Amino acid sequence: MNVIVLMKQTFDTEERIRLVDGQIAEDGVKWIINPYDEYAVEEAVRLKEQQGASVTVVSVGNEDVAQALRTALAMGADEAVLIDGTDLHDERAIAKALSAYLAKTPFDVLMAGNFSIDNGAGQVAIRVAHQLGLPHVAAITKLAIDGGKATCVREVDGDVQTVEVQLPALFTAQQGLNEPRYPSLPGIMKAKKKPLTNVTLRDLGLSADDVAPRVARIDLSLPPKRQAGQRLSGDVEAQAEQLADIILQATGQAGAR
Amino acid sequence: MGKTVLVIAEQKDQKLRQVSLEALAAARQLAGDGGNIVSVLVGDNVDAAAQQLADHEQSQVVCVTADILVSYEAEHYFAAVQPVIDEVKPDIVILPHTASGRDLAPKIACHLDAGQISDVVAIEAVGEDVTFKRPIYAGKAFETKRFLTGPWVVTIRPNNLQADATNGAAAPIVKRTYTEPTPVRSQVVDVQRKSGDTRDLTEAKVVVSGGRGVRSADGFAPLAELAEVLDGALGASRAACDAGYCDYSLQIGQTGKVVTPDVYIACGISGAIQHLAGMSQSKLIIAINKDGEAPIFDIADYGVVGDLFEIVPKLTEKLRDKIAAVRS
Repeated sequence: MNVIVLMKQTFDTEERIRLVDGQIAEDGVKWIINPYDEYAVEEAVRLKEQQGASVTVVSVGNEDVAQALRTALAMGADEAVLIDGTDLHDERAIAKALSAYLAKTPFDVLMAGNFSIDNGAGQVAIRVAHQLGLPHVAAITKLAIDGGKATCVREVDGDVQTVEVQLPALFTAQQGLNEPRYPSLPGIMKAKKKPLTNVTLRDLGLSADDVAPRVARIDLSLPPKRQAGQRLSGDVEAQAEQLADIILQATGQAGAR
Repeated sequence: MGKTVLVIAEQKDQKLRQVSLEALAAARQLAGDGGNIVSVLVGDNVDAAAQQLADHEQSQVVCVTADILVSYEAEHYFAAVQPVIDEVKPDIVILPHTASGRDLAPKIACHLDAGQISDVVAIEAVGEDVTFKRPIYAGKAFETKRFLTGPWVVTIRPNNLQADATNGAAAPIVKRTYTEPTPVRSQVVDVQRKSGDTRDLTEAKVVVSGGRGVRSADGFAPLAELAEVLDGALGASRAACDAGYCDYSLQIGQTGKVVTPDVYIACGISGAIQHLAGMSQSKLIIAINKDGEAPIFDIADYGVVGDLFEIVPKLTEKLRDKIAAVRS
């Protein structure tokens, strides 16, 4: 079984965002595998351990992204592919590049994160599946592969769905799918020797026209800073009384006295 | 020149979701004079929701119904809307950024070979120039985007845009038969309604959220009661989820859900950066925490330094009395 994981490198969740000259400052930032993609990597490695599989992790970005790919290799993936993202400026373009790569690479299971915690659009993986003509199940919390079929569980708006799908298919990982492992020291040592291949758009047979952006960012801003408000005084009785009035005022149920 | 806008509306429990009307308002704004708005509803029985939708002026409301469409599944729902898209040839498609909308939109965008702007919280239209504002890093920053070429696919975040209030002549409701994709490669084989609160966190007007300070799964009970009195939803911090006090589906933060309710009540939550990203755009924030130094107080409009197990039940009691007094 061949498993491919689409993954992205993102800022650590505890990073604050700073704007310098209208751009997001990246100096001194701690980078991680996008947490949802990390569940996807873990699930792929578990499939490998339990059923036998080869696991390839694929990312789009600049050379720094090799660090996240090495981490995935240290977790147990077998090989890594880094597609040069220099000329890929929107989700459609990134999906085109990934689809072009995947079209030439046989696989049974495609894994990805539910969304990235930076851009947060949740488009790329689903676009890839659609472009390749594959079914997908998003935001799964359980995955069982049996022959050419997968059974998975996903939660949607308070409902728990069980979905059956024929392989090959895309699955995007939701929190709760598993508990990602920390790379072991031997894992980290082995990862250094595993293959990491760089792929350019030209390698994929894509022209600048093919990936011309459909959308563009024209501005970046930070949300208005919230100020610390008022501390309520008095005993529990008095605090609860004040809070109740504040809440009813805000929900438009004031007058309740 | 008006534009043709397709709204993929959504229902839950045979009621139109409020965000559908927000999408319709966005459609009206983007369609312009002489524009054409078509809404689509997909499900097993959408009659009531379609009626609600048709009360708002538009060209038509298209219903695609079949038993198999009772529960959202990507392939089937796409098969339901694709013929409508191909017929209407929209300039713009608008979906709610809900669990199903965000799942379906990229398929539509890919089908149209279109760009998509996701999770939009504000739309500004000055003449032909339209820009879309959306959060990145879960709201730690915002970006403004525009389309370079059409068609456009947009998903809008619930609770952020004004809902449509236009009540014109009733729009015609058109029923379409559903044709299954062949072969059927994926299907929902079972659906269980989770017990307890099923209100969608992202659409709730009030969110009562618990952190490590709640101390146990049972500790969430007074929070659930408070949420119920306020017709709100229950949420949690990552610390509470990781400790196993509650389900990950309740998690609010950069991993988890981003919420923007009218009132956010943080109980026993210290306020890690990753949590603040998920809730700091709430209109009013109330923090209840034993630790007066907790960072959550730096962003809360009102803070109570104290024991949540004393304050929350007392607050629930007060609210219950006051709400009853107004209703009687």
